[in-house]
Amino acid sequence: MPPLYSYLCNSEKCVSDYQLLSMKLLVCISKAPDTTSRIAFTDGDKRFDESGVQFIVNPYDEWYALVRAIELVEAQGGSVTTITVGDATCDPIIRKALAIGASDAVRIDANPTDSSQVARLISNYANDKSYDIIFAGKEAIDYNSSAVPAMIAECMDLPYVALATSIDVDGDVSTLNCESTGGTNNVSVNGAFVLSATKGMSEQRIPNMRGIMSARTKPLTVVEASEVIATTEVSKFTLPPAKGDCVMVEADNAADLVRLLREEAKII
Amino acid sequence: MSVLVYIQTQDGKATKAGLEVASFAKNMNVGDVTALVPGTLSGDGGLGSVGVSKVLHFSEGVTDNAQLSKLTQAAAQSADASTIVFSGNNDGNSIAPRVAIAMNVGYVSGVTRLPEGKTFTRSVFSGKATAAVNVMSDVCVISITPNSYGIKSDTGEASVETFSADIGVQRIVLNGFTPTSSDGSVPLPEAERVVSAGRGLKGPENWGIVEDLARALGATTACSRPVGDMGWRPHHEHVGQTGLTIRPDLYIACGISGAIQHLAGVNQSKVIVVINTDPEAPFFKAADYGIIGDVFEVLPKLTEAIKSL
Ligand SMILES: Cc1cc2nc3c(=O)[nH]c(=O)nc-3n(C[C@H](O)[C@H](O)[C@H](O)COP(=O)(O)OP(=O)(O)OC[C@H]3O[C@@H](n4cnc5c(N)ncnc54)[C@H](O)[C@@H]3O)c2cc1C
Repeated sequence: MPPLYSYLCNSEKCVSDYQLLSMKLLVCISKAPDTTSRIAFTDGDKRFDESGVQFIVNPYDEWYALVRAIELVEAQGGSVTTITVGDATCDPIIRKALAIGASDAVRIDANPTDSSQVARLISNYANDKSYDIIFAGKEAIDYNSSAVPAMIAECMDLPYVALATSIDVDGDVSTLNCESTGGTNNVSVNGAFVLSATKGMSEQRIPNMRGIMSARTKPLTVVEASEVIATTEVSKFTLPPAKGDCVMVEADNAADLVRLLREEAKII
Repeated sequence: MSVLVYIQTQDGKATKAGLEVASFAKNMNVGDVTALVPGTLSGDGGLGSVGVSKVLHFSEGVTDNAQLSKLTQAAAQSADASTIVFSGNNDGNSIAPRVAIAMNVGYVSGVTRLPEGKTFTRSVFSGKATAAVNVMSDVCVISITPNSYGIKSDTGEASVETFSADIGVQRIVLNGFTPTSSDGSVPLPEAERVVSAGRGLKGPENWGIVEDLARALGATTACSRPVGDMGWRPHHEHVGQTGLTIRPDLYIACGISGAIQHLAGVNQSKVIVVINTDPEAPFFKAADYGIIGDVFEVLPKLTEAIKSL
């Protein structure tokens, strides 16, 4: 069957109008330990101990990337697909993303050990699917690498806009504000690209009952991982040494604090 | 073998982050340090004084990270670099991962101290732990957490060569730049001293006492998340798990309770001072020095005491 738009009209203008109306967005979602989790390690301190840990959608992926992608599609039409690299323990957080409003979800079934594996797996999947924009959060709150979105961009030879705080899309042209060292850049990109989202992009959304119900039946496709090798490995995790006691200073003795900072801490 | 460092300049001189990266590279002790400098450069940019022996100067200003990645790869090849070091600031973090993928080599971000061989230490779980990471490829790309190593002076002058490379086309157009700090203070991620305030300040109109203390100390201001969310302060000042992670030498927390998500962004500070009316505030457990007291009384006194040093 020919694609739908060829029934609607044949001129090139019409085709591009149609494409404009149907944005195809991909949002990278990862699971992360709840921000109050106790951090502990296992396997000779080589692995994060997940027992008893409550997992959430990585806040940067959820609050900023996913919600903004959904807003764009609500305003202009199209679809938001989420993509996650991980095993079945990720499914609850993927359902949460669907409940917030993603159209469908893909999970690449693998247990990656470094960022480059995640990026290569996502790129291998996304390469032939012509997404208009690939969204990710600025960083995952567990490994804090801030590496995956830039790596996806490189794997797919796409432009990369880091630390976006706003995005507007007008046809093929996207205009964004993004944090740069010491200020904010305003940039434009023509065509497909990858972005990492940070605070300012959108507000957190709490899924409503209808969203939660419909999330149960939205498609979550599990795909087999392509072969990719890691280039780094964690040899050991270490917890920081316990902090010594806090030295208390009287409230009306500010000068004493200043003296301690100078003479004891040698910091000013 | 050599180490390549990616250096940003301001008014022709290497930035503070750049000097730190060069110091780190020099003290890795694995070979000569070559610096890649895109944009403006005057003399050797101050890089000889931190141990750089050669500067590769690419005089065009480039902003697209894909182009800067190509440029870095060309420089790494020219310098026969076994390690490529970036500052882990916004720019470094957007270029370094691209370089690692393009060269098909290992990448470690957020490195906080000198490596042992090819094992790098980085902070993970928002400062709640560290990880030792082995790079399995011959070449490593790393980024250094700003203000984690410091600037170590060395002697000498670097030779400067003009460098050119095919960096492809620019696909991201920069329409404009708005600086965040109009008062010329150091950007938060690089700041050595930070004065931060929370909901205990009661309202945006009260920030004068926070700014006065910051000015007296030459510090940069920060805030807790609710303060950013309520619009009392700009978003870019928000520190914590969902804001910036910083590691200044001195962090003074005023009227901040010290929730675990806030601590995640600041617990790597070298010295933490907490001022809070509530003796039970969790922040005291993470502090080095504490004052149980009202910020409206304590801050002006503290500012005076600093000024009279
Ligand atoms: C997923 C998630 C992520 C989060 N991320 C972050 C984050 O990145 N950063 C962050 O900061 N928070 C974050 N939070 C919020 C965090 O849990 C706290 O709610 C927040 O840090 C509290 O901010 P606060 O200390 O300014 O306000 P409060 O908790 O209201 O504390 C105000 C403090 O001021 C003291 N005080 C009141 N009056 C005075 C006075 N006159 N003088 C001195 N002290 C006074 C009070 O005793 C109190 O301790 C996150 C929460 C969640 C759930």
